[in-house]
Amino acid sequence: MKIKKRNFALVFYFILLMLPIYWMLNMSLRTNADILSTFSLYPKEITFANYMKIFTDPSWYSGYINSIIYVSINTVISLVTALPAAYAFSRYRFIGDSQMFFWLLTNRMAPAAVFLLPFFQLYSTFGLIDTHIAVALAHCLFNVPLAVWILEGFMSGIPKEIDETAYIDGYSFPGFFAMVFMPLIRSGVGVTAFFCFMFSWVELLLARTLTTTEAKPIAATMTRTVSATGLDWGLLAAAGILTIVPGALVIWFVRNHMAKGFAMGRV
Amino acid sequence: MNKWEDNKAWFLVLPVFIIVAFSAIIPLMTVVNYSIQDIFGPGERVFVGVEWFREVLSDSRLHEALLKQFLFSGLVLLIEIPLGIIIALMMPKKGWSASLSLVLIALPLLIPWNVIGTIWIVFTRPDIGLLGATINGMGIPFDHTSSPMQAWITLMLMEVWHWTPLVALLAYAGLRAIPEAYFQAAKIDGASSWAVFKYIQLPKMRGVLTIALLLRFMDSFLIYAEPFVLTGGGPGNSTTFLSIYLVKIAVGQFDLGPAAAFSLIYFLIILLLSWLFYQVLQNVGKGEA
Repeated sequence: MKIKKRNFALVFYFILLMLPIYWMLNMSLRTNADILSTFSLYPKEITFANYMKIFTDPSWYSGYINSIIYVSINTVISLVTALPAAYAFSRYRFIGDSQMFFWLLTNRMAPAAVFLLPFFQLYSTFGLIDTHIAVALAHCLFNVPLAVWILEGFMSGIPKEIDETAYIDGYSFPGFFAMVFMPLIRSGVGVTAFFCFMFSWVELLLARTLTTTEAKPIAATMTRTVSATGLDWGLLAAAGILTIVPGALVIWFVRNHMAKGFAMGRV
Repeated sequence: MNKWEDNKAWFLVLPVFIIVAFSAIIPLMTVVNYSIQDIFGPGERVFVGVEWFREVLSDSRLHEALLKQFLFSGLVLLIEIPLGIIIALMMPKKGWSASLSLVLIALPLLIPWNVIGTIWIVFTRPDIGLLGATINGMGIPFDHTSSPMQAWITLMLMEVWHWTPLVALLAYAGLRAIPEAYFQAAKIDGASSWAVFKYIQLPKMRGVLTIALLLRFMDSFLIYAEPFVLTGGGPGNSTTFLSIYLVKIAVGQFDLGPAAAFSLIYFLIILLLSWLFYQVLQNVGKGEA
């Protein structure tokens, strides 16, 4: 009985959670005039015109490609650099460790507005403006600290005796890290990968400042739907639905790592 | 945990340090530079010392925005952290339902922030939006563009809808990382589910909850795109949070000096509060573990 009630509450929460997204889906399948003139719980005349426009207009779909490229680069850089650093923070005491750990997080604390200009100057000095790598690097500013912090949390939950036993068993550090340690923190790696992807995917200000055409992100393209005749809600909603898809795929791929966690790790 | 003492661990941290410092240090120095100079154009700068800071600190509209910001972030933390933990505890542990709920709960997080605001404009419109029409249908006149109270409620609803999944996902992953042996031991001892939560799950989630709380605090304190799009800071100034006011100064009035001083004060407030949260959470954990 208790379990039934719990499931009911959860289903109720998920319905509420899906309502705005359902509304976006509903809008994406209607014409702009229809959206603005009538209240309708479901699209009475389904049109795919909004989606067709996105898939056929290069200025639209290239936004998705650009975003996917720099977000993937960013996620890989963040994970690869953060894994050893998080291990160091969770296992070792060294000069300046706690200061360094907190300093990393302070890079997420600055309000973006005034920092955009110096960012632009810095990246143009290196000739990186309008490249995918520029956005990927700039997003490391907030994603690498996040990755270090999340991973450190998971690593600290693993008893140090496991490391010691592995070293006694003759594992080298890289061998231990890849064969023993990674399986133990896979739920942490999964959730970190998703968060890096997500935060880079939705960030707009930096991405828009550092790009003009070649690497322009989808979120910036979407601001263009505001035209002289007003906002094209249907087109925007369709683009919004499509921005959910890549991230949903990422979480689909990491879901098993998140759901299984420690219990499946071999100790 | 007793840690090994070894300064060679710095080599593991070095790549992270380099990659973050590359984007962090020069822009911060530049903003510090702006904040103590009056800039008329390229090459025309006058050193003004702390004048901008004095000007910004005595700005009563900034005090107002700061108060609203504290209220907003406080409410966000009070609602989202407990709610996120409850949802994580309820979510299925395995099988297709676990996969499905993980994917569904992540969806709001994946929409770019400016789009979230735009979708909620329609969603809350009383004539063509589901939420607005439903509330109106219940006999409550709903229009968040004219009532400050309703603007706040709408923003909070949007914020809780958007960001509680982040807390829930982190807490869920933290729960899954607890070894099964702990629960078996608790079962043998006949522990109640509240005792299991208090003595096993909550202490073990300390790491992920610390990061969840800090993230939600920092991001809600910096919130810009969603309220800017949904309410534009209005009606009146009722939802003009710090970052919206900052952009008004920086872009609207193009006062780079005061805006830079404002940014640094803003940054220091977040820094100080995050540090306090961090210290408190670390010590709370030590007491219980």
